[in-house]
Amino acid sequence: MKFGIVVFPGSNCDHDCYHAVKHVLGQEAAFIWHANPDLNGCDALIVPGGFSYGDYLRAGAMAAISPALTEIKAFVKRGNPVIGICNGFQILLESGILPGAMIRNKDLRFICKDTFLRVENNNSKFTNKFNDKKLISLPIAHAEGSYYADAEELKRLEGEGRVLFRYADKEGNVSNDTNPNGSLLNIAGILNKEGNALGMMPHPERSMESIVGNEDGRLIFESMIEAVS
Amino acid sequence: MLKEGVLDPQGKAAHKSLESLGYKGIEGVRIGKYIEVTLADDADGDRDKLVREMCQRLLSNPVIENYEIEWEK
Repeated sequence: MKFGIVVFPGSNCDHDCYHAVKHVLGQEAAFIWHANPDLNGCDALIVPGGFSYGDYLRAGAMAAISPALTEIKAFVKRGNPVIGICNGFQILLESGILPGAMIRNKDLRFICKDTFLRVENNNSKFTNKFNDKKLISLPIAHAEGSYYADAEELKRLEGEGRVLFRYADKEGNVSNDTNPNGSLLNIAGILNKEGNALGMMPHPERSMESIVGNEDGRLIFESMIEAVS
Repeated sequence: MLKEGVLDPQGKAAHKSLESLGYKGIEGVRIGKYIEVTLADDADGDRDKLVREMCQRLLSNPVIENYEIEWEK
């Protein structure tokens, strides 16, 4: 299958995503420059991490109004899988594809470390290969990863089972102590209503091969491949 | 400005710093953004409506921010 990786000025995780799906998983992959968004032939999209538009104004704000988003929204509407990672998640939020917003980390620091994530749903298009796995570890690297949504929206997300990953400890406990950035309800990743668009702050593309010490990220892309086939 | 109820860690940090300077009795500090938009003299249409739209669509994030518009000329 073919993954399209959307690139904005300032995106910097695009190559890691390309390596992940093309070299590690042997799929077709193409970079899609935001100003020339031809999604033809793509079965899935990745909106990668980085600092699009320098994070100026708000992280992801200017990317969200790029012409590429019209195409991405239509692609999502057609039911195809789309994953937004880190800045990609911020872009999906700013564009309204996903509800809520990101604010500055609670303790203001840019946090770069491995985190444990409790997997809340093993049947989604992004977790169908997890089998019984309820805990994974992925690295985060962000200064604005604190997820916010109002009480009504949070209730909706929880009620509809759309929180996919939560920051946890190695035993799978979820609490303030296991929350690196102040995200409400320890939310690390959420799905849209239809379950085909995922936004997550941690970086699965950085955990694809045993040589980097962690292969948990593979499962997410493998699930997307499964979902498409 | 961030809406009430949205955590403002930068404001909190500034608050602590003010207190460390010796200022007492500060109940809160919140930090927002100031944006200047200069329109051409001959800009068409309802200017207020135009700028409001700019705020709604890009300059602010209505999920977490409120905005106020002030005209200088």
